[in-house]
Amino acid sequence: MSKTNTDTAGTGTTAPGTAASGAAGREDGDLTAAGSRLSTAPQEDAPTLPSLGVVGWARWFWRQLTSMRVALILLFLLSLGAIPGSLIPQTGQDETKVADFMERHDTLGPLYEKLGLFHVYSSVWFSAIYILLFVSLIGCIVPRTWQFVGQLRGRPPGAPRRLTRLPAYTTWRTEAAPEEVRAAALKILKGRRFRAHAAGDAVAAEKGYLREFGNLAFHVALIVMLVAFAWGQLFKSEGNKLVVEGDGFANTLTQYDDFKSGSLFSTDDLTPFSFDLKGFTGTYERTGPNKGTPRTYRADLTYSEGADGAERTTKVEVNKPLEIGDSKVYLVSHGYAPVVTVRDGKGKVVYRQPVPLLPLDSNVTSSGAIKVLDGYRNAQGAKEQLGFNAFFVPTFKGAGQGEMLSQFPALDNPVLAVSAYHGNLGVNSGIPQSVYQLDKSDMKEFKDSGGSLLKKRLEPGQTLTLPGGAGSITFEKEIKEWAGFQIVQQPGSGWALAGALAAIFGLAASLFVQRRRVWVRAVPGPDGVTVVEMAGLGRSESAKVPEELGALAGLLYDKAPGAPGPDPDPDPGSASEPGANATTDDPPAVPAEGAEKK
Amino acid sequence: MTLAAATNENLASLSNTLIYSAMAVYTLAFFAYIAEWLFGSRSKVGRTAAALTGKGTAEAAAPEIRVKTQGGTAVLERPKVVTRAASGARDVPDGPGAHGGDEQGDLYGRIAVSLTVLAFLIEAAGVVTRALSVERAPWGNMYEFNITFSTVAVGVYLGLLALRKNVRWIGLPLITTVLLDLGLAVTVLYTASDQLVPALHSYWLWIHVSTAIFCGAVFYVGAVSTLLYLFRDSYENKLASGGQPGRFASSVLERLPAAASLDKFSYRVNAAVFPLWTFTIIAGAIWAGDAWGRYWGWDPKETWSFITWVAYAAYLHARATAGWKGRKAAYLALIAFACWLFNYYGVNIFVSGKHSYAGV
Ligand code: HEM
Repeated sequence: MSKTNTDTAGTGTTAPGTAASGAAGREDGDLTAAGSRLSTAPQEDAPTLPSLGVVGWARWFWRQLTSMRVALILLFLLSLGAIPGSLIPQTGQDETKVADFMERHDTLGPLYEKLGLFHVYSSVWFSAIYILLFVSLIGCIVPRTWQFVGQLRGRPPGAPRRLTRLPAYTTWRTEAAPEEVRAAALKILKGRRFRAHAAGDAVAAEKGYLREFGNLAFHVALIVMLVAFAWGQLFKSEGNKLVVEGDGFANTLTQYDDFKSGSLFSTDDLTPFSFDLKGFTGTYERTGPNKGTPRTYRADLTYSEGADGAERTTKVEVNKPLEIGDSKVYLVSHGYAPVVTVRDGKGKVVYRQPVPLLPLDSNVTSSGAIKVLDGYRNAQGAKEQLGFNAFFVPTFKGAGQGEMLSQFPALDNPVLAVSAYHGNLGVNSGIPQSVYQLDKSDMKEFKDSGGSLLKKRLEPGQTLTLPGGAGSITFEKEIKEWAGFQIVQQPGSGWALAGALAAIFGLAASLFVQRRRVWVRAVPGPDGVTVVEMAGLGRSESAKVPEELGALAGLLYDKAPGAPGPDPDPDPGSASEPGANATTDDPPAVPAEGAEKK
Repeated sequence: MTLAAATNENLASLSNTLIYSAMAVYTLAFFAYIAEWLFGSRSKVGRTAAALTGKGTAEAAAPEIRVKTQGGTAVLERPKVVTRAASGARDVPDGPGAHGGDEQGDLYGRIAVSLTVLAFLIEAAGVVTRALSVERAPWGNMYEFNITFSTVAVGVYLGLLALRKNVRWIGLPLITTVLLDLGLAVTVLYTASDQLVPALHSYWLWIHVSTAIFCGAVFYVGAVSTLLYLFRDSYENKLASGGQPGRFASSVLERLPAAASLDKFSYRVNAAVFPLWTFTIIAGAIWAGDAWGRYWGWDPKETWSFITWVAYAAYLHARATAGWKGRKAAYLALIAFACWLFNYYGVNIFVSGKHSYAGV
């Protein structure tokens, strides 16, 4: 066994092991300094009451708000506050469910209303929580950033007097001169990308600033995300448009079926573009337990950007919106639009167009209205309007087989049922009217021979003749499909995404990088042989710190090889070697954060 | 029926057979883990007590110093690194593991691990055949989530074992819940294999759902060790204050790692996967942006992912806040995991939202 090395510490002139017990206080202060500024986390002070005076109170309040404890409580409140919104219907998601809830709960409803529980995420109290949290966050980031800049500009603190008291420690004796050892250590540490400098009889080094940087970047990214989200909400616009195959859309306000926008949105902000729906394709599962489940939805478009840009073709699918500038065109719904022809008593065509009908169930049982507004004259030659309630099933079960509900979403056996009315449709009464519903207040029923409302189920190509020479309605063989598009314009999503990515990388750096310090002291021992001591300290105890120290010591040892110890090792086989002030009589305990453990 | 459909049905039934076989092997592994605990000796009981009471407070004044050998005794020329526990930390040895240092117990433990590996391979094959039968990622409904989730959880456990981490003690609680999870999957949640609705057709499905399942599995391992930490910590507290824990408690808890090790293990596990969980939520938001026209809309599933995320953030904060380390932080971690569980099962079952077309 080699005797060139012993693990003795405390034989040097600085005598780390000989500190008198009276110096314990000074020692502790010394160690605190060594570990100081290893992070920028705010110091936790007890919530003692402030000295009197407005300024005192304000300062106290601010300190509380920006403390880790309050940040923690606010975070907890935020998650707690988000819960009701997921359990109680929200106006932002489903107005009808909210109305339904109000109807069913006489006492709870108004109470919830008062508490803002139907719009939790924009309620006063929820906003209060996150605004406080973000104020706290900013109040926390700013001083921490300053501190961090200070740490970057300053130097790692010098070596504590007794390196043996640090979590990882090693020592050996060498023939190399102390200055040479220190120079070599400086070089090795710098080579390992430590920030290192010589301070007195030791070299002080630090590494892992990325942790702090990542942490600050993460918290800043949270603010960026919040601001981008708020910005997006304020300038957002969102509208829907139903387009039948062959028709088109141009992005101006008047073309929308419905439209809503954020409070700072102006119509000038609408991206100019237009598109035509060339065709829609839907396929469905034909067999098995999920029969009828949609498999593909695809809308084939031609579109052009700007007022008169070049025309291009594209397809829009459920997960693949068309992106034009800040706007996205989503495919959100689809249905059928049977082509219907209405003739007057003389056989003149007064109406011929596809009638988009709204689906009522997953098999696309649909309903709607056919409105003949002008051009029609009745048997007496007077101007009148016609209205038909329309009910459509793409796959009809067969006559006499119960209700008229579709059996399958594809056009396997389409049937259109109509009932006929005449009179005044009331579209000019000034009250906005749904195109899918008849206002029957000024309409009279056509009667069948039995004296009840005239209605008929039509197959493609069939015609219903109106009584008394009033004309006819034909369900043409052509059935078009329509696609519902949602056009969303939301600025700031790019920022939100950038913030999100920065948050992830910042977080990863903050959690995976370990900030640590290393000191190397080299001093001549009493017998003239140099004593090298190395110690490491991490922010949290980690097995990595001693491992890294071991590797560094190995490197330095090559430059400053061991010298024979002052007295030979009594038990060279022993793996456990007590340090300077270890209690040898105690059984070796595994430290709380041992290098042996994973 | 087309030829392709026939192969798919064969694959689907093969997948079912494999899942049932995996359950059978997990059951055997479960009994082997039980045997490890039962036959493991209790002779090592008392190590903690000795460590805690034997030295009293003298320890703080004269701390131990231990030597770490650098790669065995052969390299004694190298300087050895001495490590020291932070002042104030309780210095308690880790328990020997479920076998309690007993050879027979250890044998059962090894058998249990081997069976777990076997069951894992069978289950993984079950998941893969399921994926092949539906020609897509096997995450279209709750049944598929469950079988994938338990496979990944066991995979994480075996991975940690392969990395020589001291985690065999998780075996019994883990396999117990895996059996529950699979039982639930094949009975209540079973859904015949099928295609996806158009809204789920996206490569984001692969990214978002796979990371979600993986995070869940890792959070689960973290939660188990947090729970055990709480037990072990009260046990050590009781010993330190001179109390006399019950015999059963001593026998079980004595074999676990020290409270400090459990605490650190659960922190590392949770912290390591937290950035991935953040990524999962962001990937989900991007997907929602493509599928539904808004990247965030407070849909119940989104809301609960957010709640889970904030709860874990609170836990990480607590770990960095004086006065909140240890037990309080551990409670937060358990709450956070409960949020995750609710998001996984509760939201699909009790709350309706845009995500609820996923089977149940
Ligand atoms: C908007 C809400 C916030 C979220 C989601 C959040 C999240 C996080 C997360 C996940 C970490 C863990 C990273 C790590 O341990 O290094 C962390 C660390 C930290 N946070 Fe926050 N935080 C928030 C607000 C705040 C506020 C208001 C403060 C100021 C009091 C703050 C101060 C800190 C500090 C000092 C750390 C580092 C702790 C350490 O070095 O270990 N955070 N935060």
